Amino acid sequence: MTNDSMTTQMPAPRFYDLEEHEHPEGGSTMLGFWIYLMSDCLIFAVLFACFAVLGGNYAAGPSPRDLFDLPLVAVNTAMLLFSSITYGFAMLAMQAGRSGLVRFWLAITAVFGLAFLSIEIHEFAGMIAIGATPQRSAFLSAFFTLVGTHGLHVTFGLVWILTMIVQVGRRGLIAANQRRLMCLSLFWHFLDIIWIGVFTFVYLMGMLR
Amino acid sequence: MSDEAHHATDGAAHGTLRDYLIGFGLSVVLTAIPFWLVMERPLAAGPTSVLIVGFAVVQILVHMVYFLHMNGRSEGGWTMIALIFTLVVVAIAMTGSLWVMYHLNANMMPMPHELRSVP
Amino acid sequence: MTTPSDVSPILGKLTLAALPLDQPILVVTFAVVAAGGVALLALLTWFRLWGYLWKEWFTSVDHKKIGIMYLVLGTVMLLRGFADAIMMRLQQAIAFNGSEGYLPPHHYDQIFTAHGVIMIFFVAMPFVTGFMNFVVPLQIGARDVAFPFLNNFSFWMTVGGVILVMMSLFVGEFAKTGWLAYPPLSGITYSPDVGVDYWIWALQVAGVGTTLSGINLIVTIIKLRAPGMSLMKMPVFTWTALCTNVLIVATFPVLTAVLALQGLDRYLGMNFFTSDLGGSAMMYVNLIWIWGHPEVYILILPLFGVFSEVASTFSGKRLFGYTSMVYATVCITILSYLVWLHHFFTMGSGASVNSFFGITTMVISIPTGAKLFNWLFTMYRGRIRFELPMMWTVAFMLTFVVGGMTGVLLAVPPADFVLHNSLFLVAHFHNVIIGGVLFGSFAAINFWFPKAFGFKLDPFWGKISFWCWVVGFWLAFMPLYILGLMGVTRRMRVFDDPSLQIFFITAGVGVAVIACGIAAMLIQFAVSILHRERLRDVTGDPWDGRTLEWATSSPPPEYNFAFTPVVHDLDAWYDMKRRGYQRPLSGFRSIPMPRNTGAGVVLAALSTICGFALIWHIWWLVGLSFIAVIVTAIVHTFDYDRSHRIPAETIADTEALRTQALAAAE
Repeated sequence: MTNDSMTTQMPAPRFYDLEEHEHPEGGSTMLGFWIYLMSDCLIFAVLFACFAVLGGNYAAGPSPRDLFDLPLVAVNTAMLLFSSITYGFAMLAMQAGRSGLVRFWLAITAVFGLAFLSIEIHEFAGMIAIGATPQRSAFLSAFFTLVGTHGLHVTFGLVWILTMIVQVGRRGLIAANQRRLMCLSLFWHFLDIIWIGVFTFVYLMGMLR
Repeated sequence: MSDEAHHATDGAAHGTLRDYLIGFGLSVVLTAIPFWLVMERPLAAGPTSVLIVGFAVVQILVHMVYFLHMNGRSEGGWTMIALIFTLVVVAIAMTGSLWVMYHLNANMMPMPHELRSVP
Repeated sequence: MTTPSDVSPILGKLTLAALPLDQPILVVTFAVVAAGGVALLALLTWFRLWGYLWKEWFTSVDHKKIGIMYLVLGTVMLLRGFADAIMMRLQQAIAFNGSEGYLPPHHYDQIFTAHGVIMIFFVAMPFVTGFMNFVVPLQIGARDVAFPFLNNFSFWMTVGGVILVMMSLFVGEFAKTGWLAYPPLSGITYSPDVGVDYWIWALQVAGVGTTLSGINLIVTIIKLRAPGMSLMKMPVFTWTALCTNVLIVATFPVLTAVLALQGLDRYLGMNFFTSDLGGSAMMYVNLIWIWGHPEVYILILPLFGVFSEVASTFSGKRLFGYTSMVYATVCITILSYLVWLHHFFTMGSGASVNSFFGITTMVISIPTGAKLFNWLFTMYRGRIRFELPMMWTVAFMLTFVVGGMTGVLLAVPPADFVLHNSLFLVAHFHNVIIGGVLFGSFAAINFWFPKAFGFKLDPFWGKISFWCWVVGFWLAFMPLYILGLMGVTRRMRVFDDPSLQIFFITAGVGVAVIACGIAAMLIQFAVSILHRERLRDVTGDPWDGRTLEWATSSPPPEYNFAFTPVVHDLDAWYDMKRRGYQRPLSGFRSIPMPRNTGAGVVLAALSTICGFALIWHIWWLVGLSFIAVIVTAIVHTFDYDRSHRIPAETIADTEALRTQALAAAE
């Protein structure tokens, strides 16, 4: 209690911030978006867990060796990796303040993303054509859902990239747009990281089973 | 760049061209090796799977450092804390599920479809 | 599974047969609800309140108003969920000696499912989210949450879930599976009707809102604290809110994913949780409890925070063991993620797995026990004022300890093999949820009501409500403990053994007493509003509070604080009072605040329509509403100008009024 009596004798300190400068608008956005990505991680964790538990249940149906075409997956992985570096170039252009260049690299990124999606749809269509449908076995349900959810995220990312191309075109590299581009950057690279998990645990490990 | 524009990027780390190129180069190598290991099968299945998981972990770290520019300082360290917490939770959920389900399967009578898949 | 031929391209599976016209109970309920609804709408129109409600409330991004709306929503749904409880108790009290009771099985099964779902998702969650929304920004000296628009959107998504659940009462049916809808029962083979689909989409829509609100509040607490408020100077309620929201963000995605997988099984015929082709229903149980167990800590942790604030305020003392309280909260947060298997010890994981989860479950009672001792030592030698919030806190401590101890009993796997799915379990979780979450919510409502509206709640009716609730709770649930120990299982509709009836009748009487408690609470609100001038508090600090929310006026102005407070001590407001703070009277500056927007309402309404269309397989509407959601969201991002400025003169006027009011109160 000595502490109490000491502090009461001291002069009253400053209790209000009279000279406060305003929080810059959007100062919380990056952290908020990062935490959203963390929550998305959990969704993928559940899908990976399902694949890990159910991925061996072929129900006398096709197994990974019957279905997976590794060279195709390698090409697909390359598409996503290229899109990552081109998105990086867009970010560098943003730092340099060159909005035209940003839009150019965004467009290139979108092309690679689209190529990735097309290859994935081609792969899915091929499997379904030979009867390896998501309904065939728990393994295939888990496979289509995990890989498909990643694909859906890429699709959403593409819509976002197109929106950003328009918005940067209309407003230039204003603070709000820079923030959005940085969030999209996190999102796009995050999808690449999820894909590392997919090709390792689903495709490569699947071939080893 | 205007003062306002500068605010938007405060607190978040930037990459340089060098970072992106290093990250890209490492990623290519770290992707190519596991694909080669599985397609050519120079090793047995056991060591191969350990190796490719190792490469995946390293590549994820590479992406985080060179593409996401993760460090312990951005946002006062909160992004790193959030990431570590998430990794712990993901690890608990995944290993826990595998552990629980493995024991459930081991203690249950095999279902008809599992009997069928027994060679 | 329905064949394509009975699915119309226009209305999907929806036909006139979906209206339960053959069930008199539902028809009468519908008539009453419809009459009440029409009367309410007529009154709103008569008093020309639509414009006011839309402009000042529905589109508001003010965290205080959103918090209040959450609480109104929770209170309304409490009435619905409690009506289900009365019906179940009545059925079980009379279904003896060959009587079938008055509820047919398909209706009874819907009632116990709806009761659980509503009470957890649409009563407890809105209460908790409402308190956090209202209190946290005030407690940390912020002007709003980090993402005000998202906050509004989250609220309306919760409302969307509520609308879907309420619709299931009159259009089609609700799930008949129990509140967690275990497959294979909830699979398409055994539940071909829309009930489970209502369940899936109601929770999916509301779950998006909950996750986003969790992210929002985490960022708010991390980024917007007043200067000087380090983590270890944060009020305990804010700490518990932080941990709760961390849990929300770490677990609700799991629920979302599990519901999605179950939806894929039901809609596309996949085989995650089916009994054929390699699916595993046990995986569903495993995954849903990875969400489900942290969920109960999501509910209780913020109320632990409330009890801490109340105990400290009404004992006139600093909280005993603040640091240990914070560490206990963090420990519970982490441990809550390591105990989920105790919900299915009997599924057969074997000794090693059961032992691990049994031990972690028992360990979690240690930090919880530490908290109880902290509250007791806070009261020890304090000058305790037994106002309503403090009464609820004491009732909580006495009740919750019993619930906690029966929980430890259930954590012992061999004991759980006897008690699993018995009424003992039902009594246990009602003991902790009513004794903890609800009593805590009532403490919080009585505690912060004057802050929200500027007048206290009437203590007389509050005390009647308090005694009815506490006595009613013990009467209603102690018989269930005894029945459970005797081996009576949950969710039974009729009973063979006439010797059990007396226990069910006692429990029924208990529920009747609780009903009086709820009635008294509604009367309390009405009486308080009528006598608001007598109960008025102009100081903004009616309880001699300790934290920053009491430093501003009641109700707080839109901007909360004209000048951001600077924090030097844990009990920041108490410290300011003790050391003679000076309220600044001039030098006001204009304050930027977020602008109201209807985008959240629109997006949530479209999502709800999409959910409804999915439930009834109205595919064109699914596509249309989904595209509409995306387009609306994108269009909303083209609106860059989302804030407005409150001019310095307005703030000066508002603050001058407060100065006069304070002077008049002296």
